[in-house]
Amino acid sequence: MTGMVYGAMEIQVIGGAATKIPVALVPFAGPADEPRPALTQIVGDDLVRSGQFRLVETAGAQRPTEPGQVDYKLWRGKGADALVIGQVIALPGGRFDVRFRLIDAVRQVQLAGFSYNVTPDQWRTTAHEIADVVYEKLTGQKGAFNSRIAFVQKRGKSYELRVADADGQNPRTVVRSGEPLISPAFSPDGTRLAYVSFEDKKPVVYVQSLRDGSRYPAAAFKGSNSAPAWAPDGTRLAVVLTRDEASQIYLVNTDGSGATRLTRGGNIDTEPVFSPDGATLYFTSDRGGSPQIYRMPASGGEARRVTFEGNYNVSPAISPDGKYLAYIRREGGRFQVALLDLASGQSRVLTDTAHDESPSFSPNGQTVLYATVLNGRGILATVSVDGKTRARLSESGVDAREPVWGP
Amino acid sequence: MKNCLWPVLFALMLSACGSMSGPQATVEDRTAAKSAAAKDAKPADAATAASAAGKGGKGVETAALGAEAVTGGAVDAKPLDGGKGGADPRKDPASPLSKRSIFFDFDSFVVKDEYRPILEAHAAYLMAHRDAKVVLQGNTDERGSREYNLALGQKRAEAVRRALAVLGVAETQLEAVSFGEEKPRSEGSTEAAYADNRRVDIVYTDEQ
Repeated sequence: MTGMVYGAMEIQVIGGAATKIPVALVPFAGPADEPRPALTQIVGDDLVRSGQFRLVETAGAQRPTEPGQVDYKLWRGKGADALVIGQVIALPGGRFDVRFRLIDAVRQVQLAGFSYNVTPDQWRTTAHEIADVVYEKLTGQKGAFNSRIAFVQKRGKSYELRVADADGQNPRTVVRSGEPLISPAFSPDGTRLAYVSFEDKKPVVYVQSLRDGSRYPAAAFKGSNSAPAWAPDGTRLAVVLTRDEASQIYLVNTDGSGATRLTRGGNIDTEPVFSPDGATLYFTSDRGGSPQIYRMPASGGEARRVTFEGNYNVSPAISPDGKYLAYIRREGGRFQVALLDLASGQSRVLTDTAHDESPSFSPNGQTVLYATVLNGRGILATVSVDGKTRARLSESGVDAREPVWGP
Repeated sequence: MKNCLWPVLFALMLSACGSMSGPQATVEDRTAAKSAAAKDAKPADAATAASAAGKGGKGVETAALGAEAVTGGAVDAKPLDGGKGGADPRKDPASPLSKRSIFFDFDSFVVKDEYRPILEAHAAYLMAHRDAKVVLQGNTDERGSREYNLALGQKRAEAVRRALAVLGVAETQLEAVSFGEEKPRSEGSTEAAYADNRRVDIVYTDEQ
């Protein structure tokens, strides 16, 4: 177990894959006034949090900045399969030139090398970009470190909708309200957030631009309006309305026009989410007597039950490849993140906590972000889809909930 | 914040000059490609448009991504209406009209018989006062999915709405909404708190 604290957030990794790639992140040579923490620290946290890497100790060893300077025997002796080296050069105007290379320490060849001309504000983004390169070159899977998450933070009686880097750092408040905020959802291009606000003394779905902060009600019909989900093409939202009868699923254009009803019946139908190809909607319904997850054509039509084990399965999320369903399963009074292989029907619980909520997949499908409760406080956490690596992204003294992973 | 755009433009110019990519270069310049700089151009846009964001109507404030945190404002500072003369039967503690809460069992949305006198009293009042309107606010305990609880609270509110409609109240006088688990009257994770929060409140719009 490793724990690292800086800024306000805390990262803890528990467990991990049996075989981890040993990588040495050699601290980059750089000017004394470069931003903190060091790039290699941010990169290292990203890689460790994925559960697929083990960091090789670099203290006291040589600090090569060019491939010709690398003492391969030394690094192989330390067990490193790969090596990240680089340097930061201060540029006029407060900018920095960041150069790094990823080197295969076994074959002694460069796997990647990039330079970035960045402002201090782009420091963390640059580190996440480097982590994405390392992750993709060494695992063959795309990285998702340079992506963003949204979540709701409750502080006293104030609710804040915040957007942060995927590691929970660099949080920025985009909405602040004295009434609850729930169910944020990124538009597919990441430029807008849909969410539910209770500021009108009832739930109303708003769509807000992340570029300029402007917003409008996208669903404010009689009754309650909630559970927004973007269609993959970004032109429509699936929402839950109660204007005709108990919570039913509708499609609306993103400007709020053209509401079309998709489900019928007096039961609860809620938490719609589109399959990545946009053809299918997964949703929660109590039509069978207990809340279960169903699927139906996105144009409406017959629904088929997807979850069968247990009597409470809710909050569906579909992996980017459309093959897996993450959801919350209640068993013995515990609410836990579970993963269902849609092809085989096999499912398993991924967490060991008891109050999990709101699962969502990373853009590369390798990690699930969710909310849970620790010591009476709401925190955000991630778990790898194999269930072997869990990490906490938490800020002390606040209540975090309703996370969603965006582009 | 306004000059945030300049570093980005500067970066683009630099890369256009090809300063990094010589023929022997093994380091690829990503400044202008899908790079950190390009990605962070969005917050720079945001800065120029940040004036469009700001205070909403009801104590809600929004901000562009990348802008500094906004400061909070007063919320719902509505004065209490204490000056109205005359005895309002709805406020008479002896009247069932003063009772405004209908409680539910766990996972249930069935209106229990014991609440019939309360619902009949409100139905009679609403039929005698056709300009009066009520919002039926459904609530749940904190356990489970927030959106599912919102729907469960709605189902409870709908059950009370239907009961009032059956007693003769016009649909236009009724709106059923849900707060789900979001606005608990009793904080805490005890069975007593849960029971208090599994509830529909009858709220007259002129009393809000």
